[in-house]
Amino acid sequence: MKLSGAQILWECLEREGVEVVFGYPGGATLPIYDALDSSPIHHVLVRHEQGAVHMADGYARASGRIGVALATSGPGATNLITGIVTAFMDSSPVVCITGQVISPLIGYDAFQETDVTGITLPITKHNYLITDVHEIPSIVHEAFYIAGSGRPGPVLIDITKDAQQEVIEWEYEEMTVHLPGYRPDLSPRSNDLAYAVQMIRVAKRPVILVGQGVLTSGAMAEVFEFATQTQSPVASTLLGLGSFPANHPLYLGMMGMHGEAWVNQTIQNADLLLAFGMRFSDRVTGKISTFAPNAKKIHIDIDPSEINKNVTVDLGLVGDLKEILEKLLPQIESAEHAEWLSQIEGWKQDASVRDIKNMQENGHLHAAHVIHDIWRCTNGDALVVSDVGQNQMWTAQYYRHNQPYTAITSGGLGTMGFGLPAAIGAKFARPEKEVWIIAGDGGFQMTQSELSTIVQEGIKINIAIMNNGYLGMVRQWQEFFYENRYSSTPIISPDFAKIAEAHGLTGIRVTKREEVETAIRKAQSLPESVIIDFRVEKEDCVYPMVPSNAAIDSMIRRPVPQADHQK
Amino acid sequence: MRHTFVALVEDKPGVLNRVVSVFRRRTFNIESLAVGQTNQPGISRITIVVDSDKTEVDRIIPYMYKLINVIQVEDITYKPRVTRDLVMVKVNTTSENRSEIMKLADVFRAHIVDVASNSLIIEITGDEEKVNSFVDVLRPYGIIEMVRTGMVAMERGTETIFNNYFESQGFRMPVEFKFAS
Repeated sequence: MKLSGAQILWECLEREGVEVVFGYPGGATLPIYDALDSSPIHHVLVRHEQGAVHMADGYARASGRIGVALATSGPGATNLITGIVTAFMDSSPVVCITGQVISPLIGYDAFQETDVTGITLPITKHNYLITDVHEIPSIVHEAFYIAGSGRPGPVLIDITKDAQQEVIEWEYEEMTVHLPGYRPDLSPRSNDLAYAVQMIRVAKRPVILVGQGVLTSGAMAEVFEFATQTQSPVASTLLGLGSFPANHPLYLGMMGMHGEAWVNQTIQNADLLLAFGMRFSDRVTGKISTFAPNAKKIHIDIDPSEINKNVTVDLGLVGDLKEILEKLLPQIESAEHAEWLSQIEGWKQDASVRDIKNMQENGHLHAAHVIHDIWRCTNGDALVVSDVGQNQMWTAQYYRHNQPYTAITSGGLGTMGFGLPAAIGAKFARPEKEVWIIAGDGGFQMTQSELSTIVQEGIKINIAIMNNGYLGMVRQWQEFFYENRYSSTPIISPDFAKIAEAHGLTGIRVTKREEVETAIRKAQSLPESVIIDFRVEKEDCVYPMVPSNAAIDSMIRRPVPQADHQK
Repeated sequence: MRHTFVALVEDKPGVLNRVVSVFRRRTFNIESLAVGQTNQPGISRITIVVDSDKTEVDRIIPYMYKLINVIQVEDITYKPRVTRDLVMVKVNTTSENRSEIMKLADVFRAHIVDVASNSLIIEITGDEEKVNSFVDVLRPYGIIEMVRTGMVAMERGTETIFNNYFESQGFRMPVEFKFAS
C-alpha cells in the first residue's frame, strides 16, 4: 500500500492502542493533521500545548495506558516543556509527537525551528528525531515500549515535515524491540528476598510506605495482603494516595511535609520501613539525617538509581513490586503488633482535636470543610484531580480515596495549572467516572483557557475553586518564615461564576458553609460542567507543616481551639 | 579523587550528548573524554575521567544506566588497568638545541612526526605520569601547541567490559508491553 509518513504515523498509533490524541495543529504538522481524517483516533483540540501534555498525562494516570500529545515545531514544542517535565517527575507514560521543519532546513534557524530533541534531552526518558519516513514505525513502537515499561516516563518523537510527506510502499508488520541497553525487567536475588523476610520477621514496629509505584505496578492487592498479614500500618506519599483503601483501619494517611502528625510520628518511631514504589522525596523525608532514625529500611523500586539515592537503606530490592511481593508473601509470617498499633492510635487521638473538620461552626468557610463535603457527597468515589498549593494539600488530607487511580495531582514538579487539563485527560480515560477538580484561584487561572476545550468536547467535569484571594501556599510561607510580608501573593481573580457562564457552563458562588452541600449536589445533578467558586477563609494555613529541612516530627501544628478542648 | 569510567554505548547520533549530560547536570568537570568504535559493530566505547570528591560520583553509574543507549558502564578506578594518552607537542627549536630535544624524545620513546626549520612535532604515548613528565621536560624550550587524545583505559588480564556484559545480560530483551491494571 502506498502511504505517506503521516498516514503511517496514524496507523502505528492505532496499532499501539491509541484512542485519543491531545494536540494543536501548526505548519510543521499539517501533513499529520491532513491524514487524521482517515484515522479512527479521536483528536482533542486544546487551547495551549501545555494543556495537551497535561491531558495526556492525566489520561495516563487515570487509566495506566499511554497518553499521547501532538504539537507543531518551535513554539508548539516549547509549550510542551512544562507538561513533559511534570510527567517525567511523576513517572507518567506519555508519548509526545512534535512536527519539525523539513530536514534540509534543520540547523538553519528556519521559521519555527527549534532543537526540540536537544531541549527535551534531560526531561524525557528518551527522545527521537525522525528524518526518514522508513523509521516511523519502529521508532513509534520503541517509544511506546519505553514510555510504558520499567519506570514509565515521557518519550518525545520529533518528525520532520518531509518525513511526514514522503510516500512509500508500506504494510504494517509486527515489530520487536531491540534495545541492548534498556533493562526494565530486573529482579532481586533470592538471598536478598530471604534477608527481607528475616528483617520483616523480627520487626516490632513496622510501617509500610506506599508510593505511586504501587499503582504503576498494579500491586494494590499484594500490598493489602502484605499489610493485613503482617498487621503493618500503611502511610502513603502524595502520589500513592488511593493505592491502599483510606477507610481501612491500618491506613494512616499521607506522610511528609503536610502529612498527618501521627503518620510522621509513626515513621520516626518505627523499627522497620517498608518502602514500596516510592522515592523518599525531600517532601517526604524532611532533614535526611533525622529521618526514621531507629528504622531498618527495605526499599523496593523498579528503578535501580533510586536505591540509596535520597535515603541510605539496609536492603534494596530492584524489580517489579507486584512480582517481588508475590515472591515474598508466601514466606511472610502473620504478625499482630498490637502494642505498636495502639501507640499509633494514641497519636491519632491527640491530633484529631486539631482537625478543622471537627471544629464547631464559627461562621468561617474553610477549604477543608468544602473538600470534606465533596468527599461526603461523592461517597469518596470520585476521580479527584487537584491543582498545586494549599488546595492540593487539603485535598490530600480531606478527600479520602478508597480506590486506586482516583487521585491525580502534580507531585514532583508541583505544576500550577495542572488540574484542569489533567482532569480533561482523565475524563477521556474514564468517561464513566464522576470527575472533580479542586484548584486554587491562582493555579486555575494559569490554564483556564482549557474551559473552551471542555465545551468543544462536551464533557462533564465539576470544578471547585478554593478562592482565597491569595497565592495561598506562598502566602503561608511568608506568614511563617517572612514575617507576614505578603509580597506579590494577593491575587485578583475574575468572577469565576461569570467565567463559567461566558463558556455556556454553569457557575455557582458559595460564601457560607451551609451553602456548600447544596452547591455540590447541584453541580452533580447538572449535565454540563460546573464551576463552583468557593470564597474560603483568606488567610488559612495547611497544618501540620514540617518546615523545610527539619525533622518530620517537628511540625507546626494548627493551634488547638481555646474553648472546647483541654486535653 | 580521580575516577575513570568506561561505557559501552550504541553508536548513534546524540548518544555522547546524553552521556555527557549526566555529568553536566551534576556539575562535574570532565577532565578527559575519549570516544571511538569498538570491534563490535554498532557499539562505541567512551572513557571519561572526572576529578571530584563529591559523593555523587559513586552514583554516576546508576544514572548512566537510566540512559536507553548505554549498554554497559564501569568505574575502573580501582581495577588493575592499562591507561594511555596520546599527545602531540609542537615545540620551538633552534639549530643549536634541535638534536638535544631529539635525544630527550628518544629517552621517552617519543617519535618525531614533523620537522620544520624552527619547530618539531613530537608524538608520545603513555600513561599520564610519563606523558606529563615529558611535557614538563619540553616546557623550557617553548611549547607552541599541544593536543591530547584523552585517556583511554582497559582492564588488565582476560577480564573485559564486553565479557561482563554478555555473560550477565545477553543481548536479548523482553519485548512484551506491561501496563498497570
